[in-house]
Amino acid sequence: MAEVLNGAMTAKELETDQEVRWCPGCGDYSILKQVQKVIPELGIKREDIVFISGIGCSSRFPYYMNTYGMHSIHGRAPAVVSGLKSTNPDLSVWMITGDGDALSIGGNHLIHLLRRNFDINVLLFNNQIYGLTKGQYSPTSEEGKHTKSTPMGSLDHPFNPAALCLGADSTFFARSMDRDPVHMRDVLLRASQHKGTSMVEIYQNCNVFNDGAFFGFTDKETKKQQTLFVEHGKPMIFGENNEFGIKLDGFTPVIVNMDSASADDLWIHDEKDRGKANILARFYGNPASEGELPRPFGIFYSEDRACYEDLLVKQVETAKEKFGDGDLNALLRGKNTWTIS
Amino acid sequence: MSATLETTKEITILFAGDSGDGIQLTGTQFTDTNALFGNDLSTFPNFPAEIRAPQGTLAGVSGFQLHFGSIEIFTPGDECDALVVMNVAALKANLKSLKKGGIIIANTDGFDAKNLRLAKVESGVSPLEDGSLSNYKVFPIEVTKLTRECLKDSGLGTKDIDRTKNMFVLGFVLWMFDRNMDHTVDFLKEKFKKKPELVEANTKVLKAGYHYGDTTETATTRFSVDKAEMPKGTYRNMMGNQATALGLIAAARRSGLELFYGSYPITPASDVLHELAKHKNFGVKTFQAEDEIAAVASAIGASFGGALGVTASSGPGIALKGEAIGLALMLELPLVIVNVQRGGPSTGLPTKTEQADLLQAVYGRNGEAPVAVVAAATPADCFNMAFEACRLAVQHMTPVFFLSDGYLANGAEPWKFPTEDELPSFKGNFATPSDLKDGEYLPYERDENLVRKWAIPGTLGLEHRVGGIEKQDGTGNISYDPDNHQHMVNTRAQKVANIAKNVPLQDIELGAKTGKVLVLGWGSTYGAIKAAVKDLTEEGHSVSHAHVRYLFPFPQNFEEVLRSFDTVLIPEMNMGQLRMMIRSEFLIPAVGLNKVKGIPFTKGEIKDKVLELLDQLIK
Repeated sequence: MAEVLNGAMTAKELETDQEVRWCPGCGDYSILKQVQKVIPELGIKREDIVFISGIGCSSRFPYYMNTYGMHSIHGRAPAVVSGLKSTNPDLSVWMITGDGDALSIGGNHLIHLLRRNFDINVLLFNNQIYGLTKGQYSPTSEEGKHTKSTPMGSLDHPFNPAALCLGADSTFFARSMDRDPVHMRDVLLRASQHKGTSMVEIYQNCNVFNDGAFFGFTDKETKKQQTLFVEHGKPMIFGENNEFGIKLDGFTPVIVNMDSASADDLWIHDEKDRGKANILARFYGNPASEGELPRPFGIFYSEDRACYEDLLVKQVETAKEKFGDGDLNALLRGKNTWTIS
Repeated sequence: MSATLETTKEITILFAGDSGDGIQLTGTQFTDTNALFGNDLSTFPNFPAEIRAPQGTLAGVSGFQLHFGSIEIFTPGDECDALVVMNVAALKANLKSLKKGGIIIANTDGFDAKNLRLAKVESGVSPLEDGSLSNYKVFPIEVTKLTRECLKDSGLGTKDIDRTKNMFVLGFVLWMFDRNMDHTVDFLKEKFKKKPELVEANTKVLKAGYHYGDTTETATTRFSVDKAEMPKGTYRNMMGNQATALGLIAAARRSGLELFYGSYPITPASDVLHELAKHKNFGVKTFQAEDEIAAVASAIGASFGGALGVTASSGPGIALKGEAIGLALMLELPLVIVNVQRGGPSTGLPTKTEQADLLQAVYGRNGEAPVAVVAAATPADCFNMAFEACRLAVQHMTPVFFLSDGYLANGAEPWKFPTEDELPSFKGNFATPSDLKDGEYLPYERDENLVRKWAIPGTLGLEHRVGGIEKQDGTGNISYDPDNHQHMVNTRAQKVANIAKNVPLQDIELGAKTGKVLVLGWGSTYGAIKAAVKDLTEEGHSVSHAHVRYLFPFPQNFEEVLRSFDTVLIPEMNMGQLRMMIRSEFLIPAVGLNKVKGIPFTKGEIKDKVLELLDQLIK
């Protein structure tokens, strides 16, 4: 691990001299700010930090971080970080991606990154729209969405990123949002502490092409009704005055009124429970509709599993122990030779 | 009566049978035995794409051709002296390549009614019996029956017993061509070291085949090929894909870099991955990626981190890697891309050879995207050129293609291998904190060759950002400035052009330095061209052979070499790709000899074309 230099780096020092070029009011600004705030708290040296992105609005991020960085090509950041981490396991590697980059063009790479469990922090900026290409629907856009490429409404059924990632055996999945910086900060801290691929989906408002996609979860009037902030070991309670709870009826989550239920009856969130994390990931209806479940935020699931790069290093060490440090002359010579004199 | 021994200078033998008959193994064993004996040789394995193609059919025939001699050998041979066939389909598919009067060793058990039907022999009569082979020396042997008889007390099942029948054939062939069984016996011990019963069974059948030749009066003549007069030194037999893998490992060792190999399985490149995966004790990290794009992108990630990033594929996979290769070019990071070419386009002919990806390598990307390209001429030369690709990539901080092909990949030849000390060493030019200017680091600051330094994450003070978007020279910051883009396109072009200063001058392989016809080759056409030009020069014709290994940029004296001849003939296993490059680059009206049949040129084809050209020049 990198040497700890507590507080030696400030958020300001993580800014670059490059003008930030996201649209005024974009949710990306808030994420950038939180990342710059959180990183100095991690005690990692700046030169050991690398930000790698794909293509899209979010993927400009590395240019605004005064660390090592690469703005790669569309969808392929998971593969780039895999190679980097394979050869430099001690670096702190952060991958910045969006819903189009990670779930459409790069969908294949993402699921393989997750199953291999490289020790990477992935920040998926989900704005449910293509911003950089000016407003086409994305793989997380809702069915029937009217965009420039879908004037009669989108026919695509959207991805549920939480279910997708858990389905790919992600060892860490969390959800946060741009308009809740305090929550985002906590989630980012936890993500960075997790050893393995830490998948963080961040709801991010595109105020130009998809304004208000998540307002139900962020506006004062609706937020408490439509969101569920989960915490490990705590019962699932939500509502304006915490008047609702979630109970599991077998495998089925049920909303109960706290007037007629006690906290002991409720579903107690357990980050280590894969089965229940999968149920939680399926809280994906529109919470504004009658009887629908609220949208969960927080850490859904966290599991310790060996990281690919550590196994790879170990294999190289084992090979050296078993066969000795490679002898090039012996390799070039092979087993069967003949001499002409 | 024992057979008489006739000494001959060279033999071309073709083993053919079902793709499950162990033909490749039989051929390889006979090859290694001859190599260890001291013959010069060249091989050509030829197999269907299907792992177990329908048995007994023409489509399922797998072949392995070996040309060995006491003289210098350049090709696997145009025509065969001997044909070893496991069934009638194998005979039908290959009889045309057997010389009149040649030898046919046939497993008669593969000539029964069922095999005749499968091979679509309309008469229903075995060619061994209908007199059609009267111009050849035929040795019919009941291989299956004799093998079963030999192992009847072994306790093995019929299926296992039948799998050893190739050893009977090999034993007979070793006897007929005057070679001993030692190497094969050692090989069997190693291969089946955990199954001693199989070592015993295979060895027994091998010996039975050998003694069958010795004790029966099947053949009255045996053939012996003396050792070849090759340059002094120690040799081993080497195949192309193996040589490529060793070249990469050697380059990593001689540069002090860690080798990272990102690859997705594809025919005929996968053996490079298999070979490298065996050598993790050299610090080699192999990564079987989820697809071709991830394979190249992971190699770029490794290069960004200071490793020697290498990816490999064949044509279809290279097509997928195109965008990422452009990224490596923009990032100005070392990357080696190995293309073991096969028949195209699309899926094409996966197990057959072709050279039709040259233009893809040189030009196949969006934008003005020059990438250096080198190519190997022979199986063992894959070692040199894979090494060279690494050297150029690291010294010039740029992606470099190394082109091999299916024929080189699976072909073999004797290799006078180098020692570690004989190989050049080279270094990555890594940036250090001393490169900071007023506390600022300029990632795209360049040396006199326009090469930037390699700044590795983890190095204090050199934090910087790179990307595929056009960048300002020096700082690497995003720039859409029109003049800057022009400047950067020019700079990248010049930077790659500068590689020409760092590669050997073009030489003449064979023949005079000036003359009437220059036969210019690249890649695996080397052997056929050299053999043809050798014959022609000995016949007194004004013909020379040059073989270009550095295809982009060309060596500095390349034009001068070409202009020293009245005519330039370019034989290629494509429809004229190098010819197009030569014509466009130098306005030289090069003539093509083009063939895309999935099989290499023969010496005869090249000779005929040269003679035709000489004839025209006289008129």
